[in-house]
Amino acid sequence: MEGVGVQGYLAVGAVLFVCGVICMATKRNGIGVLMGVELVLNGANVNFVAFSKFGPLGLDGQIASLFVIVLAAAEAAVALAIALNFYNNHLTIDVDRANELQG
Amino acid sequence: MEMFLFTVFAAAACGGAIAVVLSQNVVRMAFYLVISLGSTAGLFFMLSADFVGATQLLIYVGGTVVLLIFGVMLTASGPFLTIKSSPGSMVLAIAVGACFLMMVVGTVLQVDWDGNAARLEGQYGASSLDRPGYNQHGEGHTTRSIGTALLGARFDKDLGKNREQPSTGYLLPFEIVSVHLLVVLIGAAYLARAKRRVHVPSEF
Amino acid sequence: MMPLLAAETISDYLTDEWGWTHVAALASAAMVHVALLGAFFGLPAFAGIWAERKVSGRIQDRLGPTRTGGRFGWLQSLADGIKLLQKEDLWPNAADSMLFRVAPYIVVIASFTAFLFLPFSDNWVAMSLDVGLFLALAILSLEVLGIILAGYSSGSKWSLFGGMREAAQMVSYEVPLGITAVIPVLIAGSMNLNEIGRMQSGWFWNWFIFRDPFTMLAFFVFFTVTLASNKRAPFDLAEAESELVGGFHTEYSGFRWSLFFLAEYASMYFVSALGVILFLGGWWTGIAPIDDFFRTNDSWVVNYLGNVLGFAVLLIKSSKLVFLQIWIRWTLPRLRIDQVMTTCLKYLVPISCFLFLGATAHSVMLPGKSFFFIDSGLGNRAAEAAVIAEPAQSESEVSVAHPKDADSRLALTANSTVSEEEH
Repeated sequence: MEGVGVQGYLAVGAVLFVCGVICMATKRNGIGVLMGVELVLNGANVNFVAFSKFGPLGLDGQIASLFVIVLAAAEAAVALAIALNFYNNHLTIDVDRANELQG
Repeated sequence: MEMFLFTVFAAAACGGAIAVVLSQNVVRMAFYLVISLGSTAGLFFMLSADFVGATQLLIYVGGTVVLLIFGVMLTASGPFLTIKSSPGSMVLAIAVGACFLMMVVGTVLQVDWDGNAARLEGQYGASSLDRPGYNQHGEGHTTRSIGTALLGARFDKDLGKNREQPSTGYLLPFEIVSVHLLVVLIGAAYLARAKRRVHVPSEF
Repeated sequence: MMPLLAAETISDYLTDEWGWTHVAALASAAMVHVALLGAFFGLPAFAGIWAERKVSGRIQDRLGPTRTGGRFGWLQSLADGIKLLQKEDLWPNAADSMLFRVAPYIVVIASFTAFLFLPFSDNWVAMSLDVGLFLALAILSLEVLGIILAGYSSGSKWSLFGGMREAAQMVSYEVPLGITAVIPVLIAGSMNLNEIGRMQSGWFWNWFIFRDPFTMLAFFVFFTVTLASNKRAPFDLAEAESELVGGFHTEYSGFRWSLFFLAEYASMYFVSALGVILFLGGWWTGIAPIDDFFRTNDSWVVNYLGNVLGFAVLLIKSSKLVFLQIWIRWTLPRLRIDQVMTTCLKYLVPISCFLFLGATAHSVMLPGKSFFFIDSGLGNRAAEAAVIAEPAQSESEVSVAHPKDADSRLALTANSTVSEEEH
């Protein structure tokens, strides 16, 4: 029985990353953009953990991914607070409507 | 068995991510996101990273996504809110994304990973993850090693090797992250506090 | 030939004794585990619903069910289940039908998966993981996700209110739940539920609840918070029959509705068993000679009987906690949602932080002493468990050249288990 090499995990990470980027680029809903960010970070996490298993770096990769998870949660909390504030001011969370700072 | 589990989890993770992109309803997106993140946690378990997998489930799936859905509920102006993205930008983004994906996957497949692993092993010695030691990492018991690493002692690297210099731990990043979380807690509460709503004429 | 009952794992038994291939043995072992756990997942619901009816009846000066199944109405749950299965499976036009159908399964799967990490007796656990407690809490918190999705996708304002209340409630109870569950982890030095339970053997003052005043209070905080996590009164805001019709399950009927209830009663039992393992001595009787007789005996029959006894003890202890939950539900009035959030965030979070600090200070200043300054021998057991958990060579292997800062920490952490053992 042959095991899965590091390539498989890296490919999954790449798919997650690209999906996240597309999501960030196309969604007009502020919370949808946030979900894209989560996907991107998650794709990076898969790479970290895969290299931690297959590389010589010990648990470094796993600890890095722990920090990523924690910081992503913090980022989501702040971004959600901003989204709520935006909704309070504009009654929508369509990010295309946030154009007051355009010259 | 490993191949089978990997296929299941990888398919669910990628399928969930693609469904997030294609779906237009925010709550359904959140549901697909849960599937994707949960299967990624499964991949972490397969990579014998049990603590990271559990953290992923607790913080991402149990915390962040619930927070996102809560945000959807607080900001929805009608039932089953959908804000459609324009098809043109969707097609463009998918084309660019597919090109990028092909580039990345092509690069990954071109690297000679086995040779690379052998070279690195010659340079740094065998990965201590497979050695019997403070915990059996091979079976996924990484909790103690991660805990001590966050306090600055590296059992996963220094065990049984006469190192001139012990490997660096993660005590300082750990402290910074904890202060960061406190700042985020206060900042988010400050940003989201109830204010008098400014009346903007609504367009719908 | 090694008897099945004394084998380490089922898959080992199948490969070693019956000569099965690895994959086949793993698959059949998985099926056996799931079947066993399924039984213990359904049993609490079966007993719990009947107990709920009986206890509520008695508290309200009624008899409760009396006829179904002969005396005491003990088959009432089965009758309920059959009735629910026959009902038509409806969903409203306004519902998001995909999410509406999936939500009950998320709830029931989350509740069931949590049982994977619950040791029913010494080493009687489907998956003994170092992150057992953490993972169990993580998976239990997925249950909330199913409830929020159910509330949102029903397309009804009552359900939406129920879902939003559940989300708000979850944000407030998760924090004290995590902190109070960490206190036994701190004392035991492990998140493996099996090790935490094993450490409380001997006389009942070794149970973590009697270890010091802080853990005793922590148990009550934990119990209060688990009431909130199970949506039991006085925290049943998400379903609140008298305000929200049925809360998140207003629009559900038949089989899907019964899944919600199955999950609720199963997770009631689960958090009770978790509380028993974390604080109330797990599967130990609390009387040292009885446990030691079964534990130190060489014969596997006696060991097995000891495990059966431990299983019964765990069942009895957690059933008492379930009874307490039912009792509280029918005695206390419901809080308002703002009162729930005040209770959890404003009072229970600082209290649990204080208890956490207190338990830490207690174990630093009075190491190995339990409540009334009795030397509990907890440290010895901790060392014993740590040695079991890791291969013997680990201590001797730690040798780093320079006595630097990290180096001394390395040595300190690795040797502390040894010194405790000598002490």
